[in-house]
Amino acid sequence: MQGGLAINLMHFARALRAAGLPVGPGKLLQAVEAVEAVGIGNRADFYWALHAVFVNRRDQREVFDQAFHVFWRNPDILKRMMGLMLPTIRTESPDTQDPLSRRVADALRGTAPEAEGPEKSEIEVDAAFTVSAQERLQEKDFEKMSAAEMAEAKRMLARIALPVAEVTTRRHRPDPRGPRVDPRATLRRMLRSGGDLADLARRSRRTRPPPLVVLCDISGSMTRYSRMLLHFMHALSNDRDRVHSFVFGTRLTNITRHLRHKDVDVALDAVSAAVADWSGGTRIGTALHAFNRTWARRVLGQGAVVLLITDGLDRDAGEGLAAEAERLHKSCRRLVWLNPLLRWEGFAPKSSGIRALLPHVDDFRPVHNLNSLAGLADALNRDGPRRAESLRKWLKEAA
Amino acid sequence: MPNTLPASVDDTLDLLRRGNYVADRSLATALYLALKLRRPLFLEGEAGVGKTEIAKVLSATLGRRLLRLQCYEGLDVAAAVYEWNYARQMMEIRLAEASGDRDREALGADLFSERFLIKRPLLQALEPDPAGAPVLLIDELDRTDEPFEAYLLEILSDFQVSIPEFGTVTAPEPPIVILTSNRTREIHDALKRRCFYHWVDYPNAERERAILAVKAPNADARLAAQVVGVVQSLRGMDLYKAPGVAETLDWAQALVELNQLELEPSVINDTLGTLLKYQDDIARIQGSEAARILAQVKTELAASTAR
Repeated sequence: MQGGLAINLMHFARALRAAGLPVGPGKLLQAVEAVEAVGIGNRADFYWALHAVFVNRRDQREVFDQAFHVFWRNPDILKRMMGLMLPTIRTESPDTQDPLSRRVADALRGTAPEAEGPEKSEIEVDAAFTVSAQERLQEKDFEKMSAAEMAEAKRMLARIALPVAEVTTRRHRPDPRGPRVDPRATLRRMLRSGGDLADLARRSRRTRPPPLVVLCDISGSMTRYSRMLLHFMHALSNDRDRVHSFVFGTRLTNITRHLRHKDVDVALDAVSAAVADWSGGTRIGTALHAFNRTWARRVLGQGAVVLLITDGLDRDAGEGLAAEAERLHKSCRRLVWLNPLLRWEGFAPKSSGIRALLPHVDDFRPVHNLNSLAGLADALNRDGPRRAESLRKWLKEAA
Repeated sequence: MPNTLPASVDDTLDLLRRGNYVADRSLATALYLALKLRRPLFLEGEAGVGKTEIAKVLSATLGRRLLRLQCYEGLDVAAAVYEWNYARQMMEIRLAEASGDRDREALGADLFSERFLIKRPLLQALEPDPAGAPVLLIDELDRTDEPFEAYLLEILSDFQVSIPEFGTVTAPEPPIVILTSNRTREIHDALKRRCFYHWVDYPNAERERAILAVKAPNADARLAAQVVGVVQSLRGMDLYKAPGVAETLDWAQALVELNQLELEPSVINDTLGTLLKYQDDIARIQGSEAARILAQVKTELAASTAR
């Protein structure tokens, strides 16, 4: 191949990488091979050859398409544009270090946020009842926590592991007390002794935790909880595999990839950058519709458990919500609704959003402090009937 | 010469056309690259757009053997690659004992030879074939689990399988590998990196009419045009499952069986089940919506023929 084209391909690959596609040197070699194979006589062939090499997922098509048309019309433009991008990258780099240095500074400064008058006196009252600070924190509403308590709660949240009742799979594992005979292993064992009789080898079905899908409301009415719940979701994502996380207000955002980051601050920063509708209105029906349409079939396979975290206060007054909730309920193994409003003594399921959702969930639980999250672990571990006892009372009230 | 690989993108298009597969140029380019550079082709797309069909057509037009591995959760090496035939091995030992004249060394070497190896599709695909390397279809890869996906990495990059008792089996000529996925779960990048990737989209109206002409030749041209028009506008709507090409063909066949020469709103209502597979979708389209779409399609068709 002529050197000029190979160099241009290299620049194109670099441009794609700058645009966020995972393009490594291996891909570039493939691209050179591919272009050699189809030739450069036909622009369409050239396009699709590069497409087959560089595009790996459907959502990358748009980026590739734009980059291709800008670059191969006039490669210089893109080079110049990349030159322009460089300074912005440089200004960004201290930004990304910022949370880290802030944390380091916090650590050096000591426990500064403790100096808060009224909260402190409350602690003393509790101390008189000899309740340890940690126990008290477990009962405390997220809404009423001071900054220092929040920090402690986040630390405790990070340790919460959610055991979900495992489902049996089609795979087997050797198990001396298993219910089934394993003919393959038995024969192999007999072979060892030259065909003499041997003990039967047994096996049982392997189990694995089902996928967990979290749909969390981040609208204005949930503001005080959403930050905490994101910490909870981050702890979940890093504790086990097959966790899919979504947040919604007026629209639905998939934040699974962002939450996979081990460092909680980096992960949450990525989330806040990705989400456009923080603390706005809630359109639960629209969000569930979007989920059912584009994600349900991809993430609800293999018997997923869904946690729906919302206060059920809907801007659309529950319009279209019942049908979407019903579909969601039908396509998952268990739908658990976590509602922070449930902590109030006088809570009654009166709002139309809540009444639309209630008939289609398997469990209805509070989520406002650390204890309720820990209790959630028990609820998920108990596989029991699809509909939990706790729900009956609320259904009666809503009727 | 049906048995040679295509030499250009146009050749590839011709080859697919001979197998009654109407492809667009983007797909043909990806396929040509996969054939020419001997790398697997990874096809993603909605259900029913003709991903599996490509492998079948390739095997028929190139005169190669088709090996199909249908993936499912729990698929393991014994079902996908190889298994020892333990029963025959036992018998061999018993026979050797009964005749009493064979030495142990020879028996030991013989027991794990090819005679006792049960070959599953992946191992078969690596064997030499006089007609040329076979077409290996790994269908609906997203249904299997991650461990199996990881196992495939060795086979798809080096075209070899290691069997502990037997040694490594390497293909003299790499098979033509087609992988398909419906995206019920994301496939790992490590696997995709070893393949050429193509997203198989719904065809445009012109190509879909061509597909109908090839696959359902009994359908009246006017009926076919209307069928395609309705299906295309359904795909633009907010449905749970938009109809694929397979559904279009089913519908056209059903209408031919019912001796329809033209679409009527009542006929659409009666046959909607061949096209849409969700009750919610059917309930939404049935009745006035179907009549509205049909009227719109008919005016558009009339306008295009008048021009």
